[in-house]
Amino acid sequence: MTTEHVRRTPAPPEGTYLGMPKFATNAKVQLGDNQLRKNLRNATGTIRAKRVARVAEVPEWEELRLAGEAIKNRTLRHLDAYLVQLEESLTRAGAKVHWARDAAEANAIVVSLVKAKGVDEVVKVKSMATQEIELNEALEEAGIAAWETDLAELIVQLGHDRPSHILVPAIHRNRSEVREIFLREMKLYGTPAPDNLTDDPTVLAAAARTHLREKFLRAKVAVSGANFAVAETGTLVVVESEGNGRMCLTLPETLISVVGIEKVVPTLADLEVFMRLLPRSSTGERMNPYTSMWTGATPGDGPQDVHVVLIDNGRTRVLADPEGRPALRCIPCSACLNICPVYERVGGHAYGSVYPGPIGAVLTPQLRGTSSEIDKSLPFASTLCGACFEVCPVRIPIPDMLVHLRHQVADKKRHHPGVEQTAIAAAGWVLADRSHFELAQRAAALAGRLLPGRSHLGPLPWPASPWTDARDLPVPPSESFRAWWQRTRGETA
Amino acid sequence: MNARDEILNRVRSALADVVQPDPTLDVAVGWTYGRATAMPDVLERFVEMTLDYKALVRRVPATEVPDAVADLLVAAGVGSAVLPAGLDATWRAAIVAAGIAVHEDEPQLSRRELNAIDAVVTASAVSIAETGTIVLDHAPDQGRRALTLVPDTHLVVVRADQVVSDVPEAVGRLAAVVAEGNPLTWISGPSATSDIELTRVEGVHGPRTLLVVLAD
Repeated sequence: MTTEHVRRTPAPPEGTYLGMPKFATNAKVQLGDNQLRKNLRNATGTIRAKRVARVAEVPEWEELRLAGEAIKNRTLRHLDAYLVQLEESLTRAGAKVHWARDAAEANAIVVSLVKAKGVDEVVKVKSMATQEIELNEALEEAGIAAWETDLAELIVQLGHDRPSHILVPAIHRNRSEVREIFLREMKLYGTPAPDNLTDDPTVLAAAARTHLREKFLRAKVAVSGANFAVAETGTLVVVESEGNGRMCLTLPETLISVVGIEKVVPTLADLEVFMRLLPRSSTGERMNPYTSMWTGATPGDGPQDVHVVLIDNGRTRVLADPEGRPALRCIPCSACLNICPVYERVGGHAYGSVYPGPIGAVLTPQLRGTSSEIDKSLPFASTLCGACFEVCPVRIPIPDMLVHLRHQVADKKRHHPGVEQTAIAAAGWVLADRSHFELAQRAAALAGRLLPGRSHLGPLPWPASPWTDARDLPVPPSESFRAWWQRTRGETA
Repeated sequence: MNARDEILNRVRSALADVVQPDPTLDVAVGWTYGRATAMPDVLERFVEMTLDYKALVRRVPATEVPDAVADLLVAAGVGSAVLPAGLDATWRAAIVAAGIAVHEDEPQLSRRELNAIDAVVTASAVSIAETGTIVLDHAPDQGRRALTLVPDTHLVVVRADQVVSDVPEAVGRLAAVVAEGNPLTWISGPSATSDIELTRVEGVHGPRTLLVVLAD
């Protein structure tokens, strides 16, 4: 991008995900934000309660989870065959299929399709895949404005912000913040917010309707993702609530759908399982307000120029590790985020990825590798409590996978010992031999006697600082239990 | 190598541990497809669940559908409506008789023309009792997708024999029409969002008013 480039859409925040510090550092910053923690606690608590109520209505819930797991396993273990079948079905139905090895290739395909239409703006349905490849910025650099149309994504985009949750991306914003963003930004990019805008969610939603209606009525190109892609028929599925998805999928002349290769399901009948699992797990509803299914181009109805971009972008790397492969079963529902005690406290931004929470902690390091600070810290962003597995509609064993990834990160580190490894090596020496142990105890007792009258040590200098900054370390006792026993009982242990 | 072949090659080498070439033999799916969900009264459940989404439901004998359609439109303050070409002639006559300005989609109305029309009236394909969902398959009595999207009020007529217990039965009934290439729209209540502080707001971009007539 040149310095003369005038942006067409609100600039996102500075910096990239990959340059972010490790999870613990980000978490500390987020934990300092009381408003954020309050918003998160309310939001996750509300969705958790709704989910529990809706799941309890289905007696065969466990049977459904097992079916979801099995269908996805079958698909992933024969993904090549199902992808070829999907391509044939889509082509037969009049869609043009494109393949992209990585984000740059996917973005280049979308940019050239939009440019071929001779337009300089697109409307977008909320899509994890297009966030992952950072399509909006690629379009912006090509002089094309990409407008997010989901209400929460609109709040994030107009707020020069990043999403913090898969399902409710503006979970970290409260109503008065949303009002301020709409008043300040809408007028810069289209129909302004009314002057008498209040912070009532109904009024704010109505402002979004008015602001976006003009864009829907003139849009020639839309970009979407897909929740499912049916190999048998070439049918794509988008699950949504507001109707912005239907607007994008129906009104423009050209529709470009960016779909991860793991989104394929074998048959239309398989949707009977996923369309029961997803809404109850996700928003805690029996069914989401709107689901659109389309099969290529339908003469006389909706876009006649239909494209599907199938993206890899690290997915085949995940597929290659049989222990990591289950992460690709994910049907982004966000139940694992809402149940996670870590996510509830730190929010989505600390995870440094468009995939936050427990699923992000297993998916991101596999998609991107574990070379950056943030990526190698993600497998540790969990207490391993196991709640994420219990709520997962496709039974992804997230805790087991976190341990598997921790092993990978630890193995990589073995050749460059740090403080932790040095401390463990020292402990190994102490515990290996009784005389070493007694020597260490005598040294500790001496330290205890040098600090009379104190019960705890304050913060210690490095290398002990990472431990003592957040914890009180008791002063070592002036006499060990073994020494006391020997002194009072007078026997040799 | 082109991207397609390279991705397929990557997938194949990633799956070197899979030896059984037949997916159905390799992974068993212990699920019986297309089963009904047991419930005391399918139609009662459908009404209850649809009301739960804050849609308005009127249950009438089949012969009274035309009057119910006209009454509900008038009560909702509708002045104009677009009607798909295949809509039941008796419903159409009742709507005209109620003094509502009727628009046809032949030739196709522009998006801005549709945006100026108050309501749309359609039939439907299948409905799901357990979830309160109405599925459109966009046959001639429902029209193309834009008709049921841009106007702010959607009145939809559901026949009793179109209501099934749950999602599996519905997917089974819809398979043939999907194979023919028809799009589907699944509607569960009016458009809604919970994006601001998880406060549910009925009505964002899709029709903000959903009126349902269930014809027994």
